[in-house]
Amino acid sequence: MDIIRGPLRWLGTTLKLMTYNKAGFIGFLVTLAILLMALVGPFFVPLDTKTKLDKIYQPPSTEHWFGTDHQGRDIFSQIVHGGKDVIYVAAVAAFLSTFIAVTFGTLSAFAGGAVDSVIMGFTDIILTIPQFPLLAVLAAFIKLDNLTLLGVFLGLLSWPALLRAVRSQALSLKERDFVEAARALDLGAGHIIFRELVPNMMTYIVISFTLAMTAAVYTQVGLVLLGLVPVSSSNWGVMISLAWTQGAIFFRDAMWRIMMPILAIAVFQLSVITMTRSLELAFNPRLRTMA
Amino acid sequence: MAPILEVRNLTKKFGKGKETVTAVDSVSFAIEPGETVCLVGESGCGKSTTGRMVAGLLEPTSGEVLFEGKNIKELDSAGFRRYRQSVQIIHQDPYASLNPTQTVRQILTAPLLRHNKVKNRAGAEARALELLEVVDLTPARDMIDKYPHQLSGGQRQRVAVARALTVEPKFIVADEAVSMVDVSIRVSILTMLARLKEQFHVTFLFITHDLALAKYFAWTGRITVMYLGRIVEDGPTQRLITDPRHPYTQALLSAVPEADPELAHRKRQIELREAEIPSLLNLPSGCTFHPRCPYFVPGECDQRVPPLEPLDVGGRVACPVRKHEHVPLLV
Repeated sequence: MDIIRGPLRWLGTTLKLMTYNKAGFIGFLVTLAILLMALVGPFFVPLDTKTKLDKIYQPPSTEHWFGTDHQGRDIFSQIVHGGKDVIYVAAVAAFLSTFIAVTFGTLSAFAGGAVDSVIMGFTDIILTIPQFPLLAVLAAFIKLDNLTLLGVFLGLLSWPALLRAVRSQALSLKERDFVEAARALDLGAGHIIFRELVPNMMTYIVISFTLAMTAAVYTQVGLVLLGLVPVSSSNWGVMISLAWTQGAIFFRDAMWRIMMPILAIAVFQLSVITMTRSLELAFNPRLRTMA
Repeated sequence: MAPILEVRNLTKKFGKGKETVTAVDSVSFAIEPGETVCLVGESGCGKSTTGRMVAGLLEPTSGEVLFEGKNIKELDSAGFRRYRQSVQIIHQDPYASLNPTQTVRQILTAPLLRHNKVKNRAGAEARALELLEVVDLTPARDMIDKYPHQLSGGQRQRVAVARALTVEPKFIVADEAVSMVDVSIRVSILTMLARLKEQFHVTFLFITHDLALAKYFAWTGRITVMYLGRIVEDGPTQRLITDPRHPYTQALLSAVPEADPELAHRKRQIELREAEIPSLLNLPSGCTFHPRCPYFVPGECDQRVPPLEPLDVGGRVACPVRKHEHVPLLV
């Protein structure tokens, strides 16, 4: 029973801490709602693929919540189906970049000397590469139609800034007395990095993760918009791209078609960023024990 | 008996070129097993740096640290790990020496499990509770799941002591261990440390800036006085307190406030020629104490670094001018 009760209590405290910041908690709830919509929604809302010429460019109504597109198809169903891929790619990219940054950033700070020089030299080189043009060029050679592959590419290019930040945090942490005590106790590099240094950077890491995620959303939507990544299916980015190429910005009637995917992305980004306010609270051990 | 710990010509320099600071300058001493030695000096005199080099946490620029007769630099990796665990350090600031993200349980069980001091988690918990009892942190059951910020400074310092004890050390460097603890509980922590010394046969190197504390803690042991990186005097506590020979030791002793007004009135006040301590970046020539010393002999003290010479009354002193002079501190 304790195995279940422990994590449950942890979850309860975490949720309670998150409510301390109202804006953050609302952001958390909206993020949760969008995730649910994107992952579970497609099972309940079928994707509308039927062309209905009599219902082209309709404004939002009770029948079509977000209006219809140039073929009279329901935009809401496309929004519901189009989130999964965007979020998946962003999550893969954010996980990978955070993982690389945290692992090598702390290692660089902790090991110092030649290891530090090599890691930082390599980081600086990657940092100077303009991400977006490189991806554009890469897209010409490699078929980035695989979502995971796209996420990996985005992740592989976006870790350097976070690595530098993690390293400087770890550098100041490793001079603390409790790290020296861990060295005297011979607890090993693994313990010092993952039990002493990383938990003290957790707030920062989690926030960086969400920010990496928002950055990855923009980059991939940008790539799709430019038509550099041939991602098929309905994806928020693809929706904007199609609307754009068909001149949706020139027709007032087509407004809903181009605005809805933009709004979906904007609301998702906004809620993820406001959620970080609550995450800050949730990862502070000081608050945890007061709750 | 062979000394458990010995340092020979230990030197530590920080910085490069013109900015070089010699924090510790050719310090040598030996500590017998079971002995209690206090390292005393003003802040910046190199006492903490010495302590960290003794604990193997800081690499000396030159000189040797010998533990149980072996130079720690020549130990193989298994030998070095044994030494690492045998020498523990208790830091000054109990607010910085405990990881804020770990509970007392995590802090104490990690070293126990890592070094196979216990069989399993249950064993580690039992041992952690035992150690909390040892350091008088009771009720141990209520304390074990607390985070450091839920404890007072004194309680945190007790956790730090319990953590040091997890690896069964033979030698503990207590670096200003009670300086940041509330005055009212200092004595109880000192008494606890003194008890551990007997109970676990631990040898202490007690670093402090407070001679009164050193006198209390090492009454049967020795005191080593440092000034600007060098040892100026050492010897058995009782001799050093009643018959200090170095003018700096005398000045330190005369500066210790006495609670008894009668005694305070009778105490000799030693007037220094200069109140400010010189900068480590620009040390005076010869004896570094000469600009402040009331017994300054021009042409002698500012020319030659005084050697640390044995005294007939016990210990060593680095003052050829005053080494035979008994100065009564009470008049």
